[in-house]
Amino acid sequence: MAKSSIKIRAKAKNGVVTVKALISHKMETGLRKDKKTGKVIPAHFIQAVDCVHNGAAVMNAEWGVAISKNPYLSFKFAGKSGDAVKLTWTDNTGKSDSLETKVK
Amino acid sequence: MLRRHFLKNTMATGAAVLAASSGLLIPGQVLAAWNKAAFDAKDVASAMKGAVGSDSAEASDKIKIKAPDIAENGAVVPVTISSTLGDVKSITIISEKNGTPLVAKFNLGTGSEAYVSTRIKMGKTSNIIAVCESGGKFYKAHKEVKVTIGGCGG
Repeated sequence: MAKSSIKIRAKAKNGVVTVKALISHKMETGLRKDKKTGKVIPAHFIQAVDCVHNGAAVMNAEWGVAISKNPYLSFKFAGKSGDAVKLTWTDNTGKSDSLETKVK
Repeated sequence: MLRRHFLKNTMATGAAVLAASSGLLIPGQVLAAWNKAAFDAKDVASAMKGAVGSDSAEASDKIKIKAPDIAENGAVVPVTISSTLGDVKSITIISEKNGTPLVAKFNLGTGSEAYVSTRIKMGKTSNIIAVCESGGKFYKAHKEVKVTIGGCGG
């Protein structure tokens, strides 16, 4: 993959890993109209975000259209430096992307 | 022999039903289970019922919502929810006056801290409601955010 849609940073401190992630996605609500054509832009948004830590699911999020464009997400769980963290998103058109990183 | 089969089968189905009704955190099933009814709900009560299975929750001061008092741009409202309640299984964010109030639900696994931070869209000035599930019970807290420019529809 040339360029991932996900930017992720995971840092461990006192046994707690803080994950900060930015996903590049337009998060279209399906309510907006195209100003030129007057047609409604179809909804296109992320429905699910999964986070797997050393092979175990630590967080999964169900999202609606009210999450902002280019979503930011941060959460914490117990872990240590060097652990593997994998984040995956899936949108309503079935597209998905994932990225794995090591905890710093 | 027949009886044994019968027993085995009933037990298996029983277990499956139980798993389906209690299984909130099953990785990989999220997309199939995307809660359309809850996310399409037009009012807070049915959104909550769809999301967490109950429309009543006890108000709690152990849930902290960090959000701006005034949001200039409703399209991007940073919201951070944390809680000191023990064993929080899920955190649900609801924006009261959005067209579809349910914003997101975060299911937390073992070892997760009761903390999520994200950015949401808000249609107009309203309360943000955070619902935490802890020990089979639901707790909620809310915070008003004033929105100058709405973030829905544009």
